[in-house]
Amino acid sequence: MELDGWTWALDGWIVLTAMLCAMSCALLGNFLVLRGTSMLGDAISHAVLPGLAVAFWVSGSRSGTGMFVAAVLAAVVTVFLIETLRRSAGVDRGASMGVVFTAMFALGMIMIVQVADHVDLDPNCVLYGSIELTPLDQWEIAGWLVPKAVVTLGSTLLLNGLFVALFYKELLLTAFDSDFADSMGFSSQVVHYGLMTLVAITAVASFESVGSVLVVAMIVVPPASALMMTDRLSGMLAWSMGLAALAAIMGHGSAVVVPGWFGMGSTLTSGMMAVSAGGLLLICGLIGSRRGVVTRWLRQRTFAAQVAADDVLGFLFRLEERATLPTPTATLATAQGNFEFVGSTLTQLSAGLGQSLRQCARVIAGLGRRGEIESCGDRFRLTEAGRRRAQLLVRAHRLWELYLVEQAQCEVDRIHEKAEAWEHVTDESMRESLERATSQTALDPHGSRIPPEIARNDD
Amino acid sequence: MIGSSIAWVSVETSDEWFAALLRLLTLADYNTRIVILGTALLGCAAGVVGSFTLLRKRALVGDAISHAMLPGLGIAFLVATLSGGDGRSLPILFTGATISGLVGAAAILGLRSTWRLSEDAAFGIVLSVFFGAGVALLGVIQSLEAGHAAGLEGFIYGKTASLSWMDLMVIITAAAVALVLCTMYFKELALLCFDQAYAETQGYSKWWLDGLLMSLVVGIAITGMQAVGLILVIALLIIPAAAARFWTHRLSRQVLISAGIGMAGCFGGGMTSALLPNLPAGAVIILACATLFLFSLMFGGAQGLVWRAIRRRQWQQIMLRQHLLRAVYERAEAKTTEPKIVRESEVRIEIADLMISRSWSRTQLERLVDGAQREGLITRIGSQVALSKPGWVQAKKLTHQHRLWEMYLITHADVALQQVDRLADDIEHVLEPSVIHELERLLQGRTAEVVKSPHQIPEPS
Repeated sequence: MELDGWTWALDGWIVLTAMLCAMSCALLGNFLVLRGTSMLGDAISHAVLPGLAVAFWVSGSRSGTGMFVAAVLAAVVTVFLIETLRRSAGVDRGASMGVVFTAMFALGMIMIVQVADHVDLDPNCVLYGSIELTPLDQWEIAGWLVPKAVVTLGSTLLLNGLFVALFYKELLLTAFDSDFADSMGFSSQVVHYGLMTLVAITAVASFESVGSVLVVAMIVVPPASALMMTDRLSGMLAWSMGLAALAAIMGHGSAVVVPGWFGMGSTLTSGMMAVSAGGLLLICGLIGSRRGVVTRWLRQRTFAAQVAADDVLGFLFRLEERATLPTPTATLATAQGNFEFVGSTLTQLSAGLGQSLRQCARVIAGLGRRGEIESCGDRFRLTEAGRRRAQLLVRAHRLWELYLVEQAQCEVDRIHEKAEAWEHVTDESMRESLERATSQTALDPHGSRIPPEIARNDD
Repeated sequence: MIGSSIAWVSVETSDEWFAALLRLLTLADYNTRIVILGTALLGCAAGVVGSFTLLRKRALVGDAISHAMLPGLGIAFLVATLSGGDGRSLPILFTGATISGLVGAAAILGLRSTWRLSEDAAFGIVLSVFFGAGVALLGVIQSLEAGHAAGLEGFIYGKTASLSWMDLMVIITAAAVALVLCTMYFKELALLCFDQAYAETQGYSKWWLDGLLMSLVVGIAITGMQAVGLILVIALLIIPAAAARFWTHRLSRQVLISAGIGMAGCFGGGMTSALLPNLPAGAVIILACATLFLFSLMFGGAQGLVWRAIRRRQWQQIMLRQHLLRAVYERAEAKTTEPKIVRESEVRIEIADLMISRSWSRTQLERLVDGAQREGLITRIGSQVALSKPGWVQAKKLTHQHRLWEMYLITHADVALQQVDRLADDIEHVLEPSVIHELERLLQGRTAEVVKSPHQIPEPS
């Protein structure tokens, strides 16, 4: 791969750092999004400032573990304050976050001005970070020179992964129903504070190297994208991690490449990673298998087409039935062979179904391709396959009518539309249940014969 | 910049300090006058708008929207510069940021309705993705020409301590527009906040009202951001409104109190920053607002923790007093078969005998007796007590209530005999006269006398 301004020794490490950070944040972010505390990353990113100021005041330097510990402590205090305000004073969750983090930020600001007036402790470095510089700060591990950020963020990811793996069941329960979780005998509070402490650690570890923009983005955006793809927590975790890693790669790539298209130099990776995550969210929002707009639209169209085809088949089946069974009470044996059903013309179909000729023609063409309808001259009739499908459909329809009258005490003149709507979504087990729930007579409330079930013999 | 103080006061002696305070309080100095007027007006308008967003459960919307303005700033700067204009011209930056903020607001509403994402997720997405795009754009601008973008970031971090006459004019206009709109559409916004579904049945479009509220937030955010900075605007939109909720449940009063707290916080914060050296104005204003919040949290009339604790304590005292009266009455009742005939003051009960009635300690009991004596409900004679006339009336009523409720639980709620005493304890204190009347009618026909206890009353050994 040849890219202008791309060197593997440098950019490889940057991408790895970004991926580790993105995945750590996204993993925990899933639970924050599910609990409705997505903005916690933003709150923490502002609220660590007094911690940094105190650490600087005590140690007199702006690097090292002191800063880290102090920032984590400040973050935990923030979380605790937010939760206390919410629980014991009944302040709305968003408002309690807003009150706490702005006040903490202001406090930190004043402290910094007091203790470090002329020292370079710029709050902006927390906000923006400088992932581009991370490969320069290296540690030697087993003879390898590894960037410090890779080590810290790698350990963070490991820690988070361990926590989620160990407390998966508890996290699942507390994410969806903390009252129930409490009643199960373990305290959702313990899990809650464990999670919050890890969020604090992850956020602080990330600020140092990649800035808070990225933390906020990676906590919310990949999990929200994952929600477009799946309803299951395990699936959500997997999707969000994958999307976060992808966003990291795309983000750095585009930060180096995209500005070049406009004849400009490279830009900040952290910003472009957030934008990439947003782009991925948009894609998932369009074609995601659960909530994607396009997916939902296609699903609706497919269903509408199925309904239209079902209607044509049902119509032909009923015509055929009327031709072969002239009186409803005649048994199949005596009536069969009396008439040869010759099919229906397109005009008849169109009039009978109340659809336009064009619409009917399109549906019939589709059914013909599937081999469920055959044409003879200008007429159409069911093939064997089509008849089987139609028979089950009409069976479902009439079972529903019977059920509505017998079990739901509906008026006979109101049952048709309901049955018409539900026949399309009634599968074999449903038909069985309906048959069991009704009196298992041969005739529906209108006096039409309920066709028998067809044994499935698809091996 | 949020981090710089109003630095013109330099004081050496106490005389000078006093003179400085006087000049400050009379707003004699031009700079202070502008800073304090500007921030106070902004605090007032933000307090009003914030009340509605808070009730709409969208307190953090200001946070999301003000961050969402960054890319508009960058684009406006780039477009203006590349087309040969002045990228730092205020109207151009203003326009860019406003459009960007409105797009962010629309994105929040869109994410909510199209994908059923929760409010906070929508805020987080818009905040981080827009801000990220802004950071990337600023990065590009930086690399375009070194130092060129300097000052652009100052736009979002504000410059509280050095507001200009122009800034004040902008704030006055924006605050006036916001206040007029909130007054004009007060009823509609209130409906939106409390019962959106009802508002829609009344023919108000949710989109229109939400759009109005969002636009108000955008307006406050853009005005405040370049004047006093991003964080201060977010704080002003949230803290006064959250504080006001502790004082009243009525929306109209909440809005007024919130506006007042916003103004007071800005006023006090601005003053403090001007008076003491080396205090960044924006940060001090936030802390002033936070202090007012804490005060409201403790002493607010409607929800304040202190009042709540006091009320709870008073209620407990009332309950304990009632338990004591009933215990004495029941003892007295046991001592004589005809409690009606005996003169009330003559039935004396040993305090020690009351110990068995409830699980109270001896000291607690003594204290209760003393309290009741002060109220004139009980007379104490040595180690004995007797009910006074008003005490007797009250005790009779309480016992009657207790037993009525016990009987109701037994006959109508199928509660076991062993449990009724405790269950009745929980509810007897809050029974209203109409309920008592209903119970009497239901259980025994109307009678003013005390009903018999359905269970055995424990005897002292």
